[in-house]
Amino acid sequence: MPEIGAVALKVRSKNAGPFWVTIDIFCGSDEAFQRISGGLTTDRVARLFEADPDAIKRFDIAELQVVKLSLPRPVVQGDIRDRDMHGAAWGPLIAELEIN
Amino acid sequence: MTRVLIPSGALGLGWDDTALERGLAMKPDLIAIDGGSTDSGPSYLGRGVSKYARSSTKIEWGKLIEARAKAGVPLVIGTAGTCGTDSAVDWLFEITREILTEQGLSAKIAVLKSSQPVARIKAALAKGDIQPLPHAPEIDEALLASCTHIVALAGAEQIAAALETGADIVIAGRTTDTATIAALPLMRGDHAGAAWHAAKIGECGALCATNPQSGVIVIETDATGFTVTPLADGARCTPHTVSAHMLYENSDPFILFEPGGHLDVTRARYAALDDARVRVEASEWITAPDYTVKLEGARVAGYQTLLMATLRDRRYVENVEAWCADILARHRAKVETRMGLAPDDFEVELRLMGTTSTLGALENRVGDPVEVGVMGVVTADSQERANEIGKLLNPYLLHHPLTAEEEQPTFAFPFSPAEVDRGPAYAFCLNHVLRLDDPMAAFQLDVHDA
Repeated sequence: MPEIGAVALKVRSKNAGPFWVTIDIFCGSDEAFQRISGGLTTDRVARLFEADPDAIKRFDIAELQVVKLSLPRPVVQGDIRDRDMHGAAWGPLIAELEIN
Repeated sequence: MTRVLIPSGALGLGWDDTALERGLAMKPDLIAIDGGSTDSGPSYLGRGVSKYARSSTKIEWGKLIEARAKAGVPLVIGTAGTCGTDSAVDWLFEITREILTEQGLSAKIAVLKSSQPVARIKAALAKGDIQPLPHAPEIDEALLASCTHIVALAGAEQIAAALETGADIVIAGRTTDTATIAALPLMRGDHAGAAWHAAKIGECGALCATNPQSGVIVIETDATGFTVTPLADGARCTPHTVSAHMLYENSDPFILFEPGGHLDVTRARYAALDDARVRVEASEWITAPDYTVKLEGARVAGYQTLLMATLRDRRYVENVEAWCADILARHRAKVETRMGLAPDDFEVELRLMGTTSTLGALENRVGDPVEVGVMGVVTADSQERANEIGKLLNPYLLHHPLTAEEEQPTFAFPFSPAEVDRGPAYAFCLNHVLRLDDPMAAFQLDVHDA
């Protein structure tokens, strides 16, 4: 099975303010959007990030061929235990998930 | 119709000079640029300083001051000096005076300050005028008192007040990213949804276009919508690039909260006018019953000392996690006995560069690294204490063996002394809004002739 990063055009993540992180999956085609939107469940994302699935905001935007996921940061940006000041490394984790 | 020229996503990032000239030739009504955000972390707000180099800021700001003088329109910067504290505003004001003197220019400067005295915020908390946003930390009087800086994010009303002074240059402290762009269109009675939506699309400069590094864009707002035009050679806006920009650094791509209400772009329509320009209509602005401004605060969470060792011996690379666990246990016991500290008085982490330093427990890939960097992060309640704890860690990182029987190993240290004092580590501690009866009640506006 291919990884999401190979099916999608681009996967990026960034802080949305110090308390949230947001991941944008730019699928790049209607076909890739259907495949990722249908194949990537919010529960699977929650397991990947060890997050509460109910805390994840999800937007499947067909017109943009984008799946967007936002969640509260487990540690606030800049906390002494924060390892990723700009929320850059959440995207690669999603990109490496395999998808049907 | 109102035309706003945006040279770049932030002062300090630069832009395409030819594109800026094109923008000036379009006779904008205002030049707006952002000076910062929380994006680089709490240290800038905590210290009240800029992230960008003074030299770079002075050269770029000087070009914009010169452009403004030629165009004869106001130049507005929001969130001056990265964090928008009063100290950061004063820093940019001083740079502005230097530039004007060196260029032989004069200008009327409106200075809008956003820093909040702790007493004001404490009183507002007691009165029930401070409300948490989702996932806000708990706050009380003691936490507020521990903040080194608190700022409120100004909106369009405060920028409008600054523009109404007739200022040539507005230097604003912390504002929302959009306020500096939305203010003039709103003052002129353009469509409110269009004004805010245009401002959100424009706030990062050409990031809403292809060739995003080129910086310069123009937005034109009117009674029904707005048009966005990128100005660098080869830069194009399409309905896709423009609507996709609502995703950027935004947890909800359809709703944007601002002082006094929110923008809703759920029903917005995007249409290509030609190869490069996009027209947007049907964005909505919904006024809130209460006028609130967002607060940001930072405090010192501790003082840190860093150490770094690199392991190149294959056996140690393969067993680095066990090696670190053993060191952490032994070091902790030594700190407690030799320094007389309690377990909660300090924190030590060993982060493994090359395996899990970025993602920690969330890392799910296992590789075969050639070497591993071990970064020790010590946090304590004073720099002296953090440094002392770091000194106790130093011998372990240099010589600790995996087994008692083997000859003493030595590991690579990239510098001496091995302990690097990082100074105070700041933490964001507010994610709240402050209700105001009068939008100017928490802001200070002064006008200077320079």
